[in-house]
Amino acid sequence: MSEAARKGMKPKKNRAGLWGIYLALALIYIWAFSGMNLPEIKPTAGQITKSIFNGMFHPDWDYVSDPGGEDLLHGLLDTLAIAALGTFISAVLCVPFAFWAAANMSKGKAASGTGKFVLSFIRTFPELVMAIMFIKAVGPGSFAGVLALGLHSIGMLGKLFSEEVENMDLGPTEALMATGANRFQILWFAVIPQVITGFLSYTLYRFEINVRSAAVLGVIGAGGIGTPLIFALTSRDWNRVGIILLGIIVMVTVIDLISGYLRRKIV
Amino acid sequence: MMNQPIKTSIPKPPSKIKNYVTLLLVLFLLWGSSIQTDSSLAELVAGFPNMMDLLNQMVPPNWGYFDNITDAMLETIRMAVIGTTFGAILAIPIALFSASNLIQNIWVFYPIRFILNLIRTVPDLLLASIFVAIFGLGSLPGILALMVFSIGLIAKLTYESIEAIDPGPLEAMEAVGANKIQLIVFGVIPQVAAHFISYVLYTFEINVRAAAVLGLVGAGGIGLFYNKTLGFLEYDKTSSIIIYTLVAVLAIDYISTKLREKLL
Amino acid sequence: MKVGIQKVIEFKNVSKTYPNGVKGLKNINLTIEKGEFVVVVGLSGAGKSTLLRSINRLNEVTEGEIVIAGKSITNSSGASLRRIRRDIGMIFQSFNLVKRSTVLRNVLSGRVGYHSTFRTVLGLFPNEDVNLAFEALERVNILDKAYTRADQLSGGQQQRVSIARALAQEAKIILADEPVASLDPLTTKHVMDDLRRINQELGITTVVNLHHVDLAQEYATRIIGMRAGEIVFDGPVEEATDDKFSEIYGRPLQNNELLGATV
Repeated sequence: MSEAARKGMKPKKNRAGLWGIYLALALIYIWAFSGMNLPEIKPTAGQITKSIFNGMFHPDWDYVSDPGGEDLLHGLLDTLAIAALGTFISAVLCVPFAFWAAANMSKGKAASGTGKFVLSFIRTFPELVMAIMFIKAVGPGSFAGVLALGLHSIGMLGKLFSEEVENMDLGPTEALMATGANRFQILWFAVIPQVITGFLSYTLYRFEINVRSAAVLGVIGAGGIGTPLIFALTSRDWNRVGIILLGIIVMVTVIDLISGYLRRKIV
Repeated sequence: MMNQPIKTSIPKPPSKIKNYVTLLLVLFLLWGSSIQTDSSLAELVAGFPNMMDLLNQMVPPNWGYFDNITDAMLETIRMAVIGTTFGAILAIPIALFSASNLIQNIWVFYPIRFILNLIRTVPDLLLASIFVAIFGLGSLPGILALMVFSIGLIAKLTYESIEAIDPGPLEAMEAVGANKIQLIVFGVIPQVAAHFISYVLYTFEINVRAAAVLGLVGAGGIGLFYNKTLGFLEYDKTSSIIIYTLVAVLAIDYISTKLREKLL
Repeated sequence: MKVGIQKVIEFKNVSKTYPNGVKGLKNINLTIEKGEFVVVVGLSGAGKSTLLRSINRLNEVTEGEIVIAGKSITNSSGASLRRIRRDIGMIFQSFNLVKRSTVLRNVLSGRVGYHSTFRTVLGLFPNEDVNLAFEALERVNILDKAYTRADQLSGGQQQRVSIARALAQEAKIILADEPVASLDPLTTKHVMDDLRRINQELGITTVVNLHHVDLAQEYATRIIGMRAGEIVFDGPVEEATDDKFSEIYGRPLQNNELLGATV
């Protein structure tokens, strides 16, 4: 750890504990570095790096829009579509999970604890592996990517939604109960209006993440811009790699800006 | 229409056209997305038996396979440790130069932040693919990808913390004639160190998850074994990889979260 | 009240023991008649809130029975419990409005007990309900705020919205748990005036918990004093002298228990 790290910890820990942490860190680093072989850098590495940068600065503009076939815009659009649909599916599916995991809505600590565990399980299950499994089910292509993102995002969205539910004001729920409303009416009139903006904001946030994820899915054949990127990389078509990278950077930046603007607006 | 006359006039309800237009727009986007991605429920239902079949073959997991992948799991963690560490070290100067309360020159901190933003737009797996193209298969491209990703994240979070620090001590030190270095060592570092370590741990958690799949593009770690087992249709082995990864990731998350709670 | 005796709320040997053994209510026997304006006073922790909240069963009692207009709420559950609750409006210290919803929607939420889940969820309130909501808002003088979001109103206005919610509910009983504790003296008077007007004009039985004894003396027709979970005074307002209050509180009155001459 850095000098900064040690200084920050000093006043909080006693001396023995501090030395314990140093020792543990030292052991971790000795273990980590001794296990690595000294990397052999290919002699061509420098040249390829140069080619990639060269490609970045001389991108294959013809690839941007090619009326006949698979061009950049088509790939980016596909990526966005995967992200949008996947996010929508997960935002709908995660709601019951969120209420299950929320301590103030679930019956008892055990129930909400189980809900939380299920969500963290889903979150930890790598989305690429999910995508591979969906490819087995529905064949390669964007739909597998949609399903993978839809399922994987439940983990994080469910957790964020459940925290939103846990932080809400229980007063209106009580007031609705006192008017003789049933459980569902309480949910609809007192809970949903309180949490809906939070839900929307988190959904947009997850959409930003999913746009990045969708750009990767193509690596294993689940649609999006990742597939042409991998093809370009393996065929060493650096100008095309350059234009695709530029495309991804522009797309992600624009989406982040729009989504960030919307999130500030709805809060 | 009214049961009783109401003395004052009832206010007009605000127009809802904006809401309807928004709803319509969202529905249109989703509809377009499902066309673009060829999504169809029918296809999912049709593919469902395949999926169940796959799940059937994944259960029970091949427990014996754990021995074969332990080394790869350890390598995955190593990659995350090294990638995060180098990323964190490089992030320190970058964060200092991006903080507008330390560097008042907008020609310095804006370009650096711009580059940081660019870095964060490229997903780590794509970075890894590029590094694999440059350096060949192995854990080195994976480590580099994790490092670049860590720089982007840690530097951003840290410079935001630096900008949020209490300006009082800094002003006091400037008043007694401290130079920039003294200012940073005695004024800034004590105030952000705990946050910085917390961000490093948080990034480490993310990197462990990322490292577990980097192998899919040939960048080392346990992810390589997904390709191997899936290629040979050994799904029981695939599920043991998944379980192993889950256990390791959850354990590391747990420890890291506890440490972070203690820190702040 | 002299008009025909009609028992609206009845406590029969009601006790409440909390899981930690603390006794919230000790063998309460109490009858409240139609049209009464009852103010419950006592130190905080005396059991005022527990008493009030057990009337519509937001708190469960451990012994005895509470009867609302001839029906036992203690033995009701499901739809019949909701049916009884529908007739009891409640006003809270912290207003308990859905802050992000409009005033009108908050008032209409008092009507959901009358309709099927399906209908209310689709927002298909009949015209009579909407008119009822407007009338209720008119009665508390905030009709012009109908389409304003609740969080843009002042505290006093929010409390009036919650009174309107109880009115739209067509409640026969209104329970108010420290309704003015978060309000300034002037708004306090407005809100209390609203409650009294509703009580007198519509004959809605009203039970209010109050901290300020002078407010109690001004507005109540009947005063109930509580100490340590027991009713230690119960009588018409004329009998509730300052000395009696000192008895209820177990000590002389303090300044913060009087709203004072600020109004």
